[in-house]
Order: sequence, then C-alpha cells, then structure tokens
Amino acid sequence: MTAVAVETEVVRTARPTPARIPMSRIVAVELRKSFDTRSGFWLMVSIGALALIATIATILFAPTDELDYEAFASAIGFPMAVILPVIAVLSITSEWSQRSGLTSFTLVPHRSRVITAKLIVTLGIGVVSMLLAAGIGALGNIVGTAITGTDTIWNISGAELFYIVLGNVLGMLVGFMLGLLFRNSPGAIVGYFVYGFVLPPLAMLLAASQDWFDKLQPWVDFNYAQGNLFNGVMDGEMWAQLGVTSIVWLVIPLAIGVRLVMRSEIK
Amino acid sequence: MIKVESLTKKYGGFTAVDNVSFTARPGRVTGFLGPNGAGKSTSMRIMVGLTPASSGYAEVSGRRFADLPNPGLEVGVLLDASAQHAGRTGREILTIAQRTMGLPASRVDEMLERVSLTPSESSRRVRNYSLGMRQRLGIATALLGDPEVLILDEPANGLDPAGIRWMRDLLRGYADQGGTVLLSSHLLHEIEVIADDLVVIGNGRIVAQGTKAELLASAGTLVRTRDVPTLARALVDADLEFSHMTDAIRVDADADVVGQVALSAGVALTELRAADGAGLEEMFLELTADTQREGVAA
Repeated sequence: MTAVAVETEVVRTARPTPARIPMSRIVAVELRKSFDTRSGFWLMVSIGALALIATIATILFAPTDELDYEAFASAIGFPMAVILPVIAVLSITSEWSQRSGLTSFTLVPHRSRVITAKLIVTLGIGVVSMLLAAGIGALGNIVGTAITGTDTIWNISGAELFYIVLGNVLGMLVGFMLGLLFRNSPGAIVGYFVYGFVLPPLAMLLAASQDWFDKLQPWVDFNYAQGNLFNGVMDGEMWAQLGVTSIVWLVIPLAIGVRLVMRSEIK
Repeated sequence: MIKVESLTKKYGGFTAVDNVSFTARPGRVTGFLGPNGAGKSTSMRIMVGLTPASSGYAEVSGRRFADLPNPGLEVGVLLDASAQHAGRTGREILTIAQRTMGLPASRVDEMLERVSLTPSESSRRVRNYSLGMRQRLGIATALLGDPEVLILDEPANGLDPAGIRWMRDLLRGYADQGGTVLLSSHLLHEIEVIADDLVVIGNGRIVAQGTKAELLASAGTLVRTRDVPTLARALVDADLEFSHMTDAIRVDADADVVGQVALSAGVALTELRAADGAGLEEMFLELTADTQREGVAA
C-alpha cells in the first residue's frame, strides 16, 4: 500500500516585511568589493605606488630648470589615465567574468541600483585618487626643489587641477561605459586602450593630412576635446566641444550599455 | 511559497521553458526533476529575476522577485556554487551578503558553523575550494538571511555521501519548520529521498507533477505469483493494464484492487506491494524518454 501523503501545512508566523535596502548600503558594499580581492587591492595600492614612482622619477630624471609642479602633475597623470579606467572597467565586468553577478543581482534585484552604486564608487575612487596623486606630486615638488636647491614653482591653479580631475573622471566614465557595453574584462580593457591610446595618434595623422577633418576634429573627437582639459585653458567653445563629443561618445553608449545590462540574462 | 504561472522562455525559435506552472508549498520540499538541459536552471533564473521571461510569471511569497524589498531575508538562492569571485575568501563572500542584507556580523560565523566550514577553510580564497566546499558556502549564503523560501539548483552536486546526507537533513528540518524548499536535480534517487512533491520537467515542459506518494501510486503495484498465466488472465478480465517484468507483474492499479482480483481468481500471491522506487524510476525514464539525449536503453 502506498503511503498516504501527510499534509504538513505548517505555517510560520507571518513576519513583517523587511525594509528596502538603502542605497547607502549598496554603495558601501560596492566600495568593499573594490578592495576585497587581491587584484582589486593591488590595483588600489598601485594608484599610490605609481604616483610615488612617477614623482621619484621626475625628481631623478627631469632637467633641474623644468622641475615645477606641472612636471610632477603630468608625470603622475599618465599612469592615472591608464589605471583609473581599468578600475572602472573591472568594477562592472568582474560581475560577469567572475559570475558574481548571480549573487549581486539576486540580493539586489534592481540592476540599476547596483550599477548606480558602482558609478558612485567609481567616481569617488577617481576623485580621491586624483587628489591623492596631486598631494604626492606636491610633496615631490617640495622635496625635489629642496634637493636641487631651485625655487619651488606652483604653476597649476585650482581651476587647472579641477580640469585634470575632470579629465580623468571622464576617462573613468569611458571605462565604465565600455564595461557595461562589453561585460567582459579583456574586451573592455582592450577597448579602452584602443580608444585612449590607438585612436588619438590616428586622429592626429588624419587631421594633419586632411584639412576637413582638422576643422571637424574638435567637434567629433572626444579624446581631443578631453585633451583641452589637460592643457589648462578652457573657453566656452571648448566646453561646448567637450559637451557635444561626450554626448556622442559617452552618454549615448552609456545609455545603450545600461539598457543592455538591464535586459540581459545573467548566467 | 513559490508560484510559477505559465512560464515560457524562448530563445529565437527554441523554447527552453514551455508553459510551466506549479506551486511549491510551505512546509514541503519540492523536487524539480529533469534531465540535463530540460529547462530547470532557466526556470529558476526566471524565478529570481536574472532571466526575463517571454511570458508568464513567477511569484515568491506572493510577490514578484524584483518587488521584494530585501530579497535575501525572504528567499535564499543558490543557482551555481561556482559563480563567485574566485579571488574572495569564503568568509568575505558571506560578509558581502551579510552587509547587503543589513544583518549583524555574527551571522557570518553562525552560518560558517552551520555548514561546517572551518575558520581556516573560510579564510581561503574560493578558487582553492572543492565543489563540495563551494556548495556549502552557497548554502550558507542562501541561509544567511533566515529566509522562508529556498531556491537551490543542484545543491547536492559535488557533495560526498556524508555531505548529501547532511544536506538532506538540513532541508528536511528547514521544511519541517514551515519553510518552502524548491530544489532541482537530474538524479532521481537524490530527489526521491528528500522531496515531498515532485515536478518533473522534460524539454522545457512539465511532464508530471504531484506529491511523491501520488506519483508512486500512479507507478502501480508490483505483484508476484507462481501462477503468472492465471493472474494475467484475471487481470485482462478485470480490464487492468499491466506489464510483465523479469519475475513479476506491474499493474497500473492500487494494491487492494490487484489483491481482490487475485483472490477472486484463486491465485496465491508471493508478493504484493506498491511498485515504488523502481516504479518511479521507470516513470522518470519513460516520461523523459523522448527528451533525453541518450534515449533509454529499454
């Protein structure tokens, strides 16, 4: 005789509906996630380390008469421009490459909230890193000129510093956007290097040989428009160029990337 | 409680999940059974909002998953134990979940103890974990928020026999306290020992569902006698469907009906019992015969 099914209708005492996860908590968790792996931790450490190495190299190798704050800033700027976008890329793509998104997007079922938290963390890391780098550069400027016995020259204004921070943050946003579009770490990182380091010389060549592109470039080349930020002088037209190119190369692809992530299947 | 209603997922012309409806009830372990590629994982991903459904819907505790304010406190999910950042330690993975849910830090240690991961194991990076350890960590993550519902995809994979026993006791205890457990497997025996209810899926479609007892009953009665021809004649006269097995007959009827027929025919029986075990396996193989890759060795 088959066993009769025993109806075990055990009802748990109804529990109160939990409160919605606050955004601040998601941001805090995302911040923790950027430091809690070996690779993430060393990427963060490398920001400070590279700034330090660039500063020391500037003291050692820059001609004494060129040893001013600008020299330090540009020496530190290059490694920052490489490493910050990579951090931005990985904050997105690791959820797919490492498949941790399966947990992240189940614990917080609104993907837009996770992405927003990642964006806040990425921008925060960008700004803090740049200020840290600026501080290390300033220290280098003081120590370097003390060693060489030359005058300590502060030839970067607050506005220029702001432009540089903004330029790097824009670079991070490009990395963030590519991460969302590719959702694959190598793909997005290669994409960033093509965008940041292969396209600019090609555009320069094209502008040098083709007159029409030379005139058009400021309005279509995001790299070029961003470059103005690093030159320290921004007029109204340059801001307009930065706005137009960032809409085309950053805002629209970012919107497409977000849309793809919202609709994609997370496996 | 999990309610799945007319769930369908199409990939181009391929239908991975085809009009799947079932309910997993509180206090019961519901086994989601089917061969590989039958649509179990896809269905589960849809339930937790990782895969958008083409049509139909799934509800957990009366709400869509995305409408749960803090899902970890209401639904414990383990879809793939290997889907973790390999560079994080086991403890760190639990800590991230604990912080996301807003639980006290002590929950992490409680859970590590509950799934028998030692402090030295939990401080190792997940890339150095065996599949069994990953499953334990995944179970710990799922149980962390003390949810009322568990959704587990092949949780016994990679566990050793003692681990499987442990998992079975854990899920049993969980359901006995009123929890809803939905777990999938492609192994019949694994499901058979733990599940109260079964949902059998093949090629994206539900091919059978009900309580285990019902499905066992529908697998019929096993009867043995020295006088097979007489009993067979009596069964034909009684309009009962039956099939000859190696040294017995399997009848599609309850044991008391078969016993009555044998008594009327004056046939002495040597055995009369529900064709469980073998019956359910036969059913599983039959039900999935068209859909299984290997086909069934008849």
